Amino acid sequence: MTAEAAGPLLEVEGVSVRFGALLALSGVSLNVQRGEILAIIGPNGAGKTTLLNVISGFYHPYEGRILFEGRDRTRLSPPDVAELGVARTFQNVALFKGMSVLDNLMTGRLLKMGGHFLLDAIWWGPARRQELANRAFVERVIDFLEIQSIRKTPAGKLPYGLQKRVELGRALAAEPKLLLLDEPMAGMNVEEKEDMSRFILDVNGEFGTTIALIEHDMGVVMDISDRVAVLDYGRKIADGPPEHVRKDAAVLDAYLGAGHD
Amino acid sequence: MTEILYGVFVGPFRDMAGSPAFLVEVLLGGVATGLMYSLVALGFVLIFKASGVFNFAQGVMVLFAALTLVGLMERGVPVAVALVMTMAVMVGLAFLIERVVLRPLVNQEAIILFMATIGLNFFLEGFGEMVWGANVKKLDVGIPDRSFIVAGVQINQLEMSAAATAAVLVAILAVFFQRTRIGRALRAVADDHEAALSIGIPLKTIWLIVWSVAGLVAIVAGIMWGAKSGVQFSLSLVALKALPVLILGGFTSVPGAIVGGLIVGVGEKLGEVYWGPLVGGAIENWFAYVIALVFLLFRPQGLFGERIIERV
Amino acid sequence: MIYREAGQYWLQAVLIPFLIYSMAAIGLNLLTGYAGQLSLGTGGFMAVGGYAAFKLTTAFPWLNIVVVFALAGVIAALVGLVFGVPSLRIKGFYLAVATLAAQFFLIWLFNKVAWFTNYASSGTITAPPRTVAGVMVTGPLATAGARYVAALGLVMLGALVAKNLVRGRIGRSWMAIRDRDIAAEIIGVRPLRTKLLAFGISSFYCGVAGAEYVFLYLGSAETLAFDIGLSFLVLFMVIIGGLGSILGSFLGAAFIVLVPIFLTNVPHMLHLPLPVALQKQIELMVFGGLIIFFLIVEPHGLARLWQIAKEKLRLWPFPH
Repeated sequence: MTAEAAGPLLEVEGVSVRFGALLALSGVSLNVQRGEILAIIGPNGAGKTTLLNVISGFYHPYEGRILFEGRDRTRLSPPDVAELGVARTFQNVALFKGMSVLDNLMTGRLLKMGGHFLLDAIWWGPARRQELANRAFVERVIDFLEIQSIRKTPAGKLPYGLQKRVELGRALAAEPKLLLLDEPMAGMNVEEKEDMSRFILDVNGEFGTTIALIEHDMGVVMDISDRVAVLDYGRKIADGPPEHVRKDAAVLDAYLGAGHD
Repeated sequence: MTEILYGVFVGPFRDMAGSPAFLVEVLLGGVATGLMYSLVALGFVLIFKASGVFNFAQGVMVLFAALTLVGLMERGVPVAVALVMTMAVMVGLAFLIERVVLRPLVNQEAIILFMATIGLNFFLEGFGEMVWGANVKKLDVGIPDRSFIVAGVQINQLEMSAAATAAVLVAILAVFFQRTRIGRALRAVADDHEAALSIGIPLKTIWLIVWSVAGLVAIVAGIMWGAKSGVQFSLSLVALKALPVLILGGFTSVPGAIVGGLIVGVGEKLGEVYWGPLVGGAIENWFAYVIALVFLLFRPQGLFGERIIERV
Repeated sequence: MIYREAGQYWLQAVLIPFLIYSMAAIGLNLLTGYAGQLSLGTGGFMAVGGYAAFKLTTAFPWLNIVVVFALAGVIAALVGLVFGVPSLRIKGFYLAVATLAAQFFLIWLFNKVAWFTNYASSGTITAPPRTVAGVMVTGPLATAGARYVAALGLVMLGALVAKNLVRGRIGRSWMAIRDRDIAAEIIGVRPLRTKLLAFGISSFYCGVAGAEYVFLYLGSAETLAFDIGLSFLVLFMVIIGGLGSILGSFLGAAFIVLVPIFLTNVPHMLHLPLPVALQKQIELMVFGGLIIFFLIVEPHGLARLWQIAKEKLRLWPFPH
């Protein structure tokens, strides 16, 4: 293993983001190690989603750097970030509603597919072979997530819990090195949360995918994450193993305290 | 080659300097036309600001209003009564549009609503002409179409009255938006639907109000245009020029609609008179659009539009 | 003899325009139905195809007319890109305005610059006689049957290619941009490139349809044939036929071609002939009303209704 490959997968170094007068993130530094599940927690408005948006290239920080596999990736656009091997889900589910579940997942594999559009126009030959090969992978994801029966259903017609699962599937279809999940269990019942926790742990365990997720349910966070980072008012106030963070005075004060009122 | 360069960069300016009175006439004509564009664009901005609907039918609403007014007057209704009735028709139309078209499509993609207003556009065109007839009509609201000469400049009384009316209307709308409770609510709803609801005005009422106001603005535009060049189908086509006006001015800006309209009106008149002959004339049809396209490259949010910030 | 004339009428007045409109509607549907971008300049891009084909075939008479059509499509696509680049960088309705610009500017250009008509004093372009495999398919001597077969072959090919594009990776990237552009970007779809590809291919179809319009249908044409009314007509076909459906493009085209014929003939049979103006107005109201109706009730248009009917018929007489 080279020294570079041994370093953290993602390094966020002193990143600050400003919207007009509002400082959404100020000097946040955070590493994501290869193979781990990192949970990012914090009260509403702490800047968690903003952090994900910076990592995925929707916003660019006015200060600080982002390194992916040791290289500076601060100013990339979202498609560039996708090409590096980062996939994500969104807080309010951003599926392609008019497309079937299968097509949503196949869209997740777009970067694995290529060739000139004229080949697609002819279809027979390379385009068809490529389609079939990628379809085979997507079928594995479908089996993994146990969504075989809704393959052909338009994504917009599914219940919310299943939409979240399909969105996870779309991200998995890209075979990402880093998977960002923005509240994967928001609005789910206990059973659905258990399913989702299992999927996340399996993805991490079986494929070794590195995962960074935002979650509010502290029980889930303590159960599944290797490490927890806490944001409050755009700053990182704690970072460590779940059991440490749980006892951290600053966290109890800022986060759990704020959560109670 | 030098001849072309001369024709583009020197000749027109020599002509302008050579006959300043004529230049002023051209400018005034441009301002008069531009104010018409402003009026149509204004109706458009009102609806876009308050409901996010890109109302393609604004031009046909102008035609429809003018057709209704002329139709009533042709049947012997006095001007004042006809005007009031036309206003009632436009408010009724706004009510129907909200009920039949907008409400079932609420929360739909913007492009779907846009296409629905295209459908509305053609329905209204067919309906208006079926009820009131398709032939060109003269609209006479009592303003004489006379010209007189001030300091060597020929001034058309009708155009000046129209310009004055437009200016007054714009002032009224500005006050309405800045000073009244409803006006402020309308501005709020553009930014945030919930904020408007917290003021206590239901969304459908707001939609009804903006479509009604847009309908009333359409009447004024229809009268002025109709008086100038007769009420006919081409009115709705000319009104499409509100679209480049909006690109220049910014889709959400009331002052932008006004300034944009003036720029387009004056710009295309100057272009037509001084540069048009170089390329065989009739460039008025597309000049505004091409200016808008060039503008898009450099300032996509328009002169007064808010910067486009996306939320993820 | 009468039957033969009736057949000619159907080919010339119904079937040939139907096939050509279908080609244009497929093109616009790729852009609007699949990629979610609106064009109001279909007529203008069809004009580019028509005039480009005329210039090409008069300058290079030995060039096969099918190749000429394809090149006309390519030229229309390139012209489309000129108008697409500034407007597709930004989200929103800018393409609609840019294509409106294209519509007015292009028609003006073909009207003013005599070079495009080879300096014809009439200002019209006329399809010269050209053959495919020894059969005359354009020009005054081409039979309606030959022109019909040519149009049929082209639209079949066009539909097949369109189907191939939309069922694979390209179509999915278009629909992704249409349904949720932000999610599409994070998957790696580059919005400008994707929308430009859709617009370019769409303009290609419109260009080919425009060439067919002059060469296989009208025989000779002036710019008036391509005015903004044509742009809207094709848009109606797409919405009524079904957004995001190749089959719908055909159904919409058929519907739009048949409604005026219906409005002319049925009242006539009932001995209640409609005045021409009234007929036109009813047409506008029907089209406008149906657009609103379909957008509200069934955005997948006639294509979806067709699908439902097919399923019902397959099961008939059983309810399930």
